Amino acid sequence: MSFWLFYVSAAVAIATAILAVTRKNASHALIYLVVTLLSIAVIFFLLGAPFAAALEIVIYAGAIVVLFLFVVMMLNLGRSLVARESQWLRPGMWVLPAILSGVLFIVFGFTVLQTEDIARIEGQIVPPKEVGTVLFHEYLLGVELAGVLLLAALVGAFHLGRRYMDERREN
Amino acid sequence: MTTAINIPLEHVFFLAIILFLIGAFGVLIRRNIIFMLLSLELMMNACGLAFVAAGARWGEPDGQIMFMFILALAAAEVAVALGLVVQLSRRFETLDIDRAEELNG
Repeated sequence: MSFWLFYVSAAVAIATAILAVTRKNASHALIYLVVTLLSIAVIFFLLGAPFAAALEIVIYAGAIVVLFLFVVMMLNLGRSLVARESQWLRPGMWVLPAILSGVLFIVFGFTVLQTEDIARIEGQIVPPKEVGTVLFHEYLLGVELAGVLLLAALVGAFHLGRRYMDERREN
Repeated sequence: MTTAINIPLEHVFFLAIILFLIGAFGVLIRRNIIFMLLSLELMMNACGLAFVAAGARWGEPDGQIMFMFILALAAAEVAVALGLVVQLSRRFETLDIDRAEELNG
């Protein structure tokens, strides 16, 4: 009976997600985001998707967040950022986004609750071997398109970053 | 083989909805582009969670495969967006997204 693990991880994920979007210090927000991603990885394990859980930890928490941290450190954002964020994050600005999110929550929740038969997840484990077999047979075109997308992103990121490095060298 | 979990599918969907809306809330309230990107990551994760949950409901690998495509999309998006963050910070000396509204640099 591991269902309580799901609810504990869900509570941790929601709490740290709220903390991550409201912090003023970028590094603190990113660390909270890592905790959110790790609790989502626990949920993936519980749902019987161990490969997705491993990817969540290795790529999201490991690579993407480190990329964010790298940029935050490269731009040398410290105390000045915290002071500016205090200026930008005034309490009055939160009201309208909160109302909009609440309305969206009601709409989404109503749609989910309208499903007639209540399906239950039994946590049947889908091993990586099965995922790989389907991925490289039925979704082969998708894999190739993802490869092209990543190549385009690589070229774009190189272009944007190279001009920065060139002009930095001239100064 | 199962993980001995037995919960309604709706509960996972509600978690995904809540995480998605927290991300959307973050995008709306923030003016700093780094925090907006962080909130976007959160929204993409919520979508991936919904896909994996739906895949787990049927015991099929398709949900995990869609999650992997979302992962590739997020990686590509972050690589380009962080390059833009560096450019924004260099040209305007700020991370305020409102300063980049002209887009004629």
